[in-house]
Amino acid sequence: MPGEPKITMGDVEHVARLSRLALTDQEKERMRRELDGILSYIDKLRALDTADVPPTSHAVPMTNVMREDEPRPSLSQEEMLANAPERIGEFFRVPKIIEEGVEG
Amino acid sequence: MLTGLTIHELAARFRSGAATPSQATREYLGRVAALDPQVKAYLTVTSETALAQAAEADARFAAKAPRSLLDGVPVALKDVFCTRGVETTCGSKILKGFRPPYDATVVSRLREAGTVMLGKLNMDEFAMGSSTENSAFFTTRNPWDLARVPGGSSGGSAAAVAADLAAGTLGTDTGGSIRQPAAFCGTVGMKPTYGRVSRYGLIAFASSLDQVGPFGKDVADAALLLQTVAGHDPMDSTSAAIPVPDYARALRQDVRGLRVGIPDEYFIDGLDPEVEAAVRGAIDTLRGLGVKTESVSLPHTEYGLAAYYVIAPAEASSNLARYDGVKYGLREPRARDLIDMYSRTRGAGFGAEVKRRVMLGTYALSAGYYDAYYGQAQKVRTLVLRDFQQAFERVDVLVAPTTPSVAFTMGEREDPLQMYLNDIFTIPVNLAGLPGLSMPAGFTQIGLPIGLQIIGQAFAEATILRVAKAYEAATSWHERKPPLETPR
Repeated sequence: MPGEPKITMGDVEHVARLSRLALTDQEKERMRRELDGILSYIDKLRALDTADVPPTSHAVPMTNVMREDEPRPSLSQEEMLANAPERIGEFFRVPKIIEEGVEG
Repeated sequence: MLTGLTIHELAARFRSGAATPSQATREYLGRVAALDPQVKAYLTVTSETALAQAAEADARFAAKAPRSLLDGVPVALKDVFCTRGVETTCGSKILKGFRPPYDATVVSRLREAGTVMLGKLNMDEFAMGSSTENSAFFTTRNPWDLARVPGGSSGGSAAAVAADLAAGTLGTDTGGSIRQPAAFCGTVGMKPTYGRVSRYGLIAFASSLDQVGPFGKDVADAALLLQTVAGHDPMDSTSAAIPVPDYARALRQDVRGLRVGIPDEYFIDGLDPEVEAAVRGAIDTLRGLGVKTESVSLPHTEYGLAAYYVIAPAEASSNLARYDGVKYGLREPRARDLIDMYSRTRGAGFGAEVKRRVMLGTYALSAGYYDAYYGQAQKVRTLVLRDFQQAFERVDVLVAPTTPSVAFTMGEREDPLQMYLNDIFTIPVNLAGLPGLSMPAGFTQIGLPIGLQIIGQAFAEATILRVAKAYEAATSWHERKPPLETPR
């Protein structure tokens, strides 16, 4: 579909929501333009016939890597919490999770 | 000046007693204080701990019991590696102030070898970029011309070695992020085979592509650093349980009879004529050393970049989901609820390039687009891998330019796609998981370094190093130093 934009403002807003990214209006317009250009370039992949080609997820072949389930020391709770922007005692603190009117 | 020496020269002085680790560390810290305000390679300088580590190394040499060939050597690390108690930002505002509770495996291995850590080096945010212009903090300058970029994403690591602001450094390479800055700064930089070096404690960008590697002032230094950090790690299930050979021994072997492939697709329109001339000159030099050269074809090269810009952002969009303002780093206040807090934190904490790639990756993985983009890119990855496999049935290594151009000026490439095109010769190697090295192979008329790329078979780093060492021994490019002056 040459000429047609590959990505609309609606797409940008949808993907920003999926990505958990708050974007300003200015960022959204720039993002739409830039993603459109990049996706048009990426479209060259469609020119290749890959019907009989298996996908590669890792270049070095790898199957499940198992180890013995042995207890060993881990980082302390205090170390794990030390970088938290907000904490209450031994917990990470976050804003409320349940929407207004939904609880109960 | 100890800062002008290679690691192996410095280590020899420590062993003979002609110099101590403390002297070297003080000289490096002095040079960083004097010159880094111009070069801007460092995000954090850890002077106090460096001097303490150096004093411990002094004592080991005094007792004639150094820990390794790297004992007492002042090194520095890309800010992508977790360093216990030392701020680790990955070049991002979202990790400002983050002090990891543990060391990356490569950091532990360098510590165990007795090295002195001078500090943490600048990079493009989350290793996404080719110039360090995407660092949330500042742009590192190319020591050969301060108006130009050092390359990226490991630009701080390359500039620090080129400007003698560290004896050696570590970086990471996901699509060229070691080799491209090594080329731009005229240092040796090596991306090992995927799995050769542990990624434990490396802040993830694209997990199927990321690999840790060294920057050195010469080939022997890069080999020494690789020897120290390579090898299986139970903490990284993707690290390979394949023995690490003695790289120093590989450096002593000659290259007579080795088969060197020259990929046609790496000599294309748009390749800077000065780069092409230097690389062709290097190929002639290698021929003079007794290698056999032949043309090979890697027909899917031109699709590598497009496949990469689906796969890497897709993996990044997943890896970067962890930056949510809960466990570490930035949190935006004034959120209505949890989801709103995530979105505001990520909107405020990520820079433009990171947002672009998270969006691109999320789009490529989203319902209705997965097969057309991600599925197709993974199949094209297979085609790129097969190209290399077929070439390596006939040759031992491939030799090519590292980049289509030399270092560009700051602000020159504002269009993201133009910036991405800079990595066309480095990306296929990552897609195929292969080792690759960049080393100096000449200079342009205005004095900018040109990089020669040597690509090898999986886990055949020793062969690459052998070719690199032979070329280096026949040339003197690595002896040139950038024209930096201490301000009065």
